[in-house]
Amino acid sequence: MSMSAYYQTRAAHHGVVTSDWLAQSQEAATRAVVTGGQEIVDGGKSGRAFSVIDEFNNWRKQPDLAEAVAAIRALAAVIRNSEAKTMMELEIELKKASDSLKSWDTTSISLTAGCDLFMRYVTRTSALEYEDFNSARSRLIERAEKFGEISYKARKIIAMLSQDFIFDGCTILVHGFSRVVMEVLKMAAQNKKLFRVLCTEGRPDRSGLRLANELAKLDVPVKLLIDSAVAYTMDEVDMVFVGADGVVESGGIINMMGTYQIALVAHSMNKPVYVAAESYKFARLYPLDQKDMGPALRPIDFGVPIPSKVEVETSARDYTPPQYLTLLFTDLGVLTPSVVSDELIQLYL
Amino acid sequence: MDSRRSSRAVIDPKVRQVGFFTSAPLPPDRTQSDPPDPIRSPPLADASSPGNSLSPVMIPPPRHPSDSLLRLPHSPSDAFPPPSPTTTTTSLGDFSDDVTAASSPPPAAARVRGRGSSVKQQGAASSFPGGGFEVPPSVKAPSSVPASGLTTVSVVKLPPGISENAGGSVSVEVQSDRALNSKPLKEKTSKAERRAIQEAQRAAKAAAKAEGIKTPAVTALANAKSAKSTKPSPQRNDSAVVVAASEKKGGDRSVEKDRKKDVPHPRMQYDDKSRVQKLKKRSVVKPTEARNRVELFRHLPQYEHGTQLPVLQSKFFQLDTLHPAVYKVGLQYLSGDICGGNARCIAMLQAFQEAIRDYSTPPAKTLSRDLTAKISSYVSFLIDCRPLSVSMGNAIRFLKSQIAKIPISLSESEAKATLHSDIERFINEKIILADRVIVKHAVTKIRDGDVLLTYGSSSAVEMILQHAHELGKQFRVVIVDSRPKHEGKLLLRRLVRKGLSCTYTHINAISYIMHEVTRVFLGASSVLSNGTVYSRVGTACVAMVAYGFHIPVLVCCEAYKFHERVQLDSICSNELGDPDSISKVPGREDINHLDGWDKSENLQLLNLIYDATPSDYVSLIITDYGMIPPTSVPVIVREYGRGQLWI
Repeated sequence: MSMSAYYQTRAAHHGVVTSDWLAQSQEAATRAVVTGGQEIVDGGKSGRAFSVIDEFNNWRKQPDLAEAVAAIRALAAVIRNSEAKTMMELEIELKKASDSLKSWDTTSISLTAGCDLFMRYVTRTSALEYEDFNSARSRLIERAEKFGEISYKARKIIAMLSQDFIFDGCTILVHGFSRVVMEVLKMAAQNKKLFRVLCTEGRPDRSGLRLANELAKLDVPVKLLIDSAVAYTMDEVDMVFVGADGVVESGGIINMMGTYQIALVAHSMNKPVYVAAESYKFARLYPLDQKDMGPALRPIDFGVPIPSKVEVETSARDYTPPQYLTLLFTDLGVLTPSVVSDELIQLYL
Repeated sequence: MDSRRSSRAVIDPKVRQVGFFTSAPLPPDRTQSDPPDPIRSPPLADASSPGNSLSPVMIPPPRHPSDSLLRLPHSPSDAFPPPSPTTTTTSLGDFSDDVTAASSPPPAAARVRGRGSSVKQQGAASSFPGGGFEVPPSVKAPSSVPASGLTTVSVVKLPPGISENAGGSVSVEVQSDRALNSKPLKEKTSKAERRAIQEAQRAAKAAAKAEGIKTPAVTALANAKSAKSTKPSPQRNDSAVVVAASEKKGGDRSVEKDRKKDVPHPRMQYDDKSRVQKLKKRSVVKPTEARNRVELFRHLPQYEHGTQLPVLQSKFFQLDTLHPAVYKVGLQYLSGDICGGNARCIAMLQAFQEAIRDYSTPPAKTLSRDLTAKISSYVSFLIDCRPLSVSMGNAIRFLKSQIAKIPISLSESEAKATLHSDIERFINEKIILADRVIVKHAVTKIRDGDVLLTYGSSSAVEMILQHAHELGKQFRVVIVDSRPKHEGKLLLRRLVRKGLSCTYTHINAISYIMHEVTRVFLGASSVLSNGTVYSRVGTACVAMVAYGFHIPVLVCCEAYKFHERVQLDSICSNELGDPDSISKVPGREDINHLDGWDKSENLQLLNLIYDATPSDYVSLIITDYGMIPPTSVPVIVREYGRGQLWI
């Protein structure tokens, strides 16, 4: 059974060690070695490909670093290690590296989006005539470094923007562990706002447990729910805050499994659903329904052995259509879902 | 990731500046790197008006030269309404020395108003007052830039120049005053001054056409021009009187004319008798009005069909004003041989290509203006045969803008070759290649095991289905069809021949069949700015039922069919077909209950051709710019609607 490396890494970040996670990480480690071996066999150029993915994985392991940033840092490493003498050559190398990264983990949207963004920047600015190759190269590297800062700043901007929406005495429902949402809540706590957080358990990652832990450290009143109790408690909720793995062209979001459910319940009870996502997560995908995306599977540990005849739905993510979302908080500002396509058109066309 | 993004990050994040905003001066790499970037940077004082989406990229360069230029003849040119009347009166004063001494205060005030507003326009690149005229002043600025000595002249003459268009059958409320006032002005000018004025007007008109003034304006201009050229100056009085009279009449129709200025020709309101008569006088096709028309649709043209064709066919060899290729295409429209947005557009453009190839400029006329007038006359003939579709309207606008952009220095054969290749490129890029891109995007949405429903016969959808089948995807097709055209039958025949498994049903059974369907693919005649899909009648039903069943509806439409107008219902703009085709069922002579329906006073038959599908029912629009949600249509229109000017 294939497994989404993206969701696996996230689980690693969350640090909730489960037995199946251990087993899978073992398996993944052996798989990486095998793939690396295959790629070495490919030839000289593939030595680079191997290092890109390796590099990327190194960066990705850092819990605070966003996927897209890790990808771009990996591509920056490609530029640094490259022996190309002209812009064209460098572009081709980068394209190859970017493609190999994307194909290595097809389920990660921010990885794809980050690679695309960087490649777009490279192609758009590579035709400048006044630059010589070395200065162009250093500019690209510097740009890649800066991207990390931008992404970090993006979280701060989003947190600042959302402060106005958190009022004293409000109850916020949070699903899954999103670093951006964590930043939002942290800043609200620092601004001495009085609010309460209900967080779902977030099976199978159980990331909600970690979130509850963090919030408790900040002295924010936290209540843990099992995923099924969302509709039960929706009455006392004032708003729902979620992050996003990717924001798609229709304005909908792709996020951890369970987000769609919560959005549906919130919508039917007229509660606003706010999404906190950085702008580099905007992707040129357009899912029409839940099955329209590539599968991202994450095995579930039920704690008891399951007979082999029984199938398990192991998809790790779902798609929430834009009509259930109220607002998107991004580093570009507070947007409605229909603006996402506007931004994407201007960026990619 | 772009540099524009980093520059935006330093602005207060609470304020999101959409579109135009003041920013720091452009760093050199930005201007080179990013076509949309200049849109964001130039400072615009009143950029908030929605009409300001006109050619934003053209604003930055002319601003500075025109600013400095305007400073020469007039004092504070950038100063807006308060100081401008004074400046205009002063500079107007020196011009009008030899001009009518008897200029009464209202004309002066109107002229000042016109002048002031045009100065304002040149200075601030804001939209025209009142008339909603679509000529962006920034484009006029370049025209006045080279003629620096004539700046005064050109600025003053612009309002009358434009109201010349009004001088014909079309007038704009705001400019009608100017027309009245400028006519006496012109009579008193000397010949040399008139020539100078005409030169400036020509330049201004060329620039104005670059923004694609609508057909009526240019038609009327052509008429006015020809009228003027035939009348010697002693008759100017008469023409002025005639114009004034028509202006008076135009007064009560001014609201409509106003609307007409904003609105392409097909939306002329046909319940206005005088306008209809005027139109009929000019037309080659002499249609007779249908009887028993539905009251609600009186504003749409409806004529007797079928009776025209033999008459027109016999006239084929007696044409003097029409090129035979255009005549042929018109007849094909009339008889229904060519139908479908793309087919009609391509046929029309190819006919124009031939007409341009056989065209030769008459002496003492410029190619661009004369050819534009000719094209306009062809277009009115085609409209008489069958009202224009949006795709054709956009193509005509493109062609006229290309004609207007031809430099005067170009020789006739070169100009014709340029136009020929421009039309070729338009057809290729906007239609043929666009269709390929659409097919490429759309097949990613078809999975094995899908049941795809389509309505009628859309060329884009047919290509998608064929291509998906070639790629080996396993799916089946449900074709929904309706009377009276039964277009689905042709599609069915073609698909079955290719080996697809198809189901054919009528639109009555749509809710019966919908539960089996997984995706709905629809074509469109046009997509409007509010996301409304304007397509064959029945499309809205199909989309609504699909929405009710939570089935995604995908609309496939090339981007050249997008239009910036907004339509809320299917009534205000539509096309009426032949009612007899409803009353008779081909092949079933026994169904004769409606024979003689026109004799009954209580019975009216309505055969609508198009309907409007609200954007809520549409999940996705597939265009050659990618897959976009219906809310992003105005973005495409804004960013790329003027893009064809830079081809």
